[in-house]
Amino acid sequence: MAKIDLLSSEVRAEIDKWIAKYPAEKKRSAVVGALTAVQDAHGGSLTPALMEAVAEYLDLPPIAVLEVASFYTLYDLKPVGQHKIYLCTNVSCMLCGSDQIAEHLKERLGIGFGETTADGKFTLKEVECLAACAGAPMMQVDKTYHENLTRERVDDILAEFD
Amino acid sequence: MTAIPTNQVCFRTLGHDAPSSLATYESLGGYQVWRRILKEKTPPEEIVEVLKLSMLRGRGGAGFPTGLKWSFVPRTSPGQKYVVCNSDESEPGTFKDRDIMRYNPHQMIEGMAIAGYVMGATVGYNYMRGEFIEPFESCERALKDARESGLLGDNILGSGIDFDMHNHLGAGAYICGEETALLESLEGKKGMPRFKPPFPANYGLYGRPTNVNNTESYASVPIILEKGGQWFLDLGKPNNGGMKIFSVSGHVNKPGNYEVPLGTPFKDLLAMAGGVRDGNRLKAVIPGGSSVPVLPADIILKTDMDYDSLDKAGSMLGAGSVIVMDETTCMVKVLARIAHFYFEESCGQCTPCREGTGWLSRVIHRIEAGEGKLEYLDLLGDVSNKIMGRTICALGDAAAMPVISFIKHFREEFAYHIEHKKCLVENRS
Repeated sequence: MAKIDLLSSEVRAEIDKWIAKYPAEKKRSAVVGALTAVQDAHGGSLTPALMEAVAEYLDLPPIAVLEVASFYTLYDLKPVGQHKIYLCTNVSCMLCGSDQIAEHLKERLGIGFGETTADGKFTLKEVECLAACAGAPMMQVDKTYHENLTRERVDDILAEFD
Repeated sequence: MTAIPTNQVCFRTLGHDAPSSLATYESLGGYQVWRRILKEKTPPEEIVEVLKLSMLRGRGGAGFPTGLKWSFVPRTSPGQKYVVCNSDESEPGTFKDRDIMRYNPHQMIEGMAIAGYVMGATVGYNYMRGEFIEPFESCERALKDARESGLLGDNILGSGIDFDMHNHLGAGAYICGEETALLESLEGKKGMPRFKPPFPANYGLYGRPTNVNNTESYASVPIILEKGGQWFLDLGKPNNGGMKIFSVSGHVNKPGNYEVPLGTPFKDLLAMAGGVRDGNRLKAVIPGGSSVPVLPADIILKTDMDYDSLDKAGSMLGAGSVIVMDETTCMVKVLARIAHFYFEESCGQCTPCREGTGWLSRVIHRIEAGEGKLEYLDLLGDVSNKIMGRTICALGDAAAMPVISFIKHFREEFAYHIEHKKCLVENRS
């Protein structure tokens, strides 16, 4: 099976939307959007086969795709949980208590930064400033920002995934 | 304190119903300038002159005059040219562009369309950081509405002028806020800064002449052309035109974005942000995002918030990202966090930055962990000076400036931390 067959019609349609934004001979610009679409459709991480599929679809050498996938922080090249929690611990969040939120999340989930819960539900990540410092401390869960975190608020957010 | 005027430029839709909608924007005069340009074919030189008079300076951090920048793009050279909006907004403490795009995306779009007209570019890209899903959706809606109203596209409103633009999402990398790294990223590559010259004005996106401005800069343009360069200049002060959005965060009672005149005294901005939390005393402020030099309370309390005043005070306006720290703050801990950030985000291209940021981070973390030696303070200065000015892009300087300034202003606190293996501050936050 050609690697490109790993891409569903929905994913291809999404990639095509990105391709349409750039000049016809500059399809490479769509690689970032394509990798995001593929990762979202395949459990939140990228495998070598999926990256090769993107390379085939965009007529790029596989190394060009791997370079991008390994450079940007939003791509995961190892399996992750169903949901990704990105906790900001940069200065403004730190000043407003992100240490306590980190501690609470680690305790609640029983994992450290960069780890996934045993049930495969959550992956916890420490991230840099996400440009929402008025609501510090804050975190992003999957694609959504949650601001003004307290321990109770974190519990409520996690409960939504029960 | 007399009431300080607010929200007259990029935030003019705030306080109205559906602030991000086309209807609201148009009801406030939005797209009138664009329509007038399309109809009258205003000479591009005239537009550039108004911007020069306004003294709009780059809102992304460098403070370079926007009108001058626009004049660099060879407008009449044949072939495609591009306008690119830098909405990467990754400098720690900065959160204004996110709000412009959520609450007033049309003003940014109108500014980009005008830039396209001035530079003879028919295509624009708005590069947003990958985490900006909500702003992306807001900008996508706005683009759709603008296209459907005939304000973008081919032969716009029968003028014979073409311009369209697209929203682009990155995937997480601070370095992509550097304009040439952004262009590399937009081309589908790793975000590694390019050597300059050539500058983007001559060799930018896909090797074509390109103008890159920050979101807030583009969004300031339409209202400057509507009300005049002198009007904008007078909002601020000489050489520092206009209002600027200050993102105030940290130890204040009302963190948030405040669009106020350049030249507003820091103490007034602090008062608008509700003052220091819990009635605590102010200790220090990083006035322009984590890369600019920190200023102790006694200096910042006497400083006005504009490019020239902050420069004179020994810091920079940067992106207007004001991080406020009260007396409970341990400066060693804050610097350790900042140093970790630049180490994490160095793209690895230049040796002084790739290796130097690691040295800075490790040495400061040793001090923070109680394993420091007094000679480390000079070592940190030495490493910083070996990074400064020796890298392709400004990330090296951005990593070094905080270290130099923290140790300059708070040397005793660092020395205490080393000698006593603990913070000078009791019950630090």
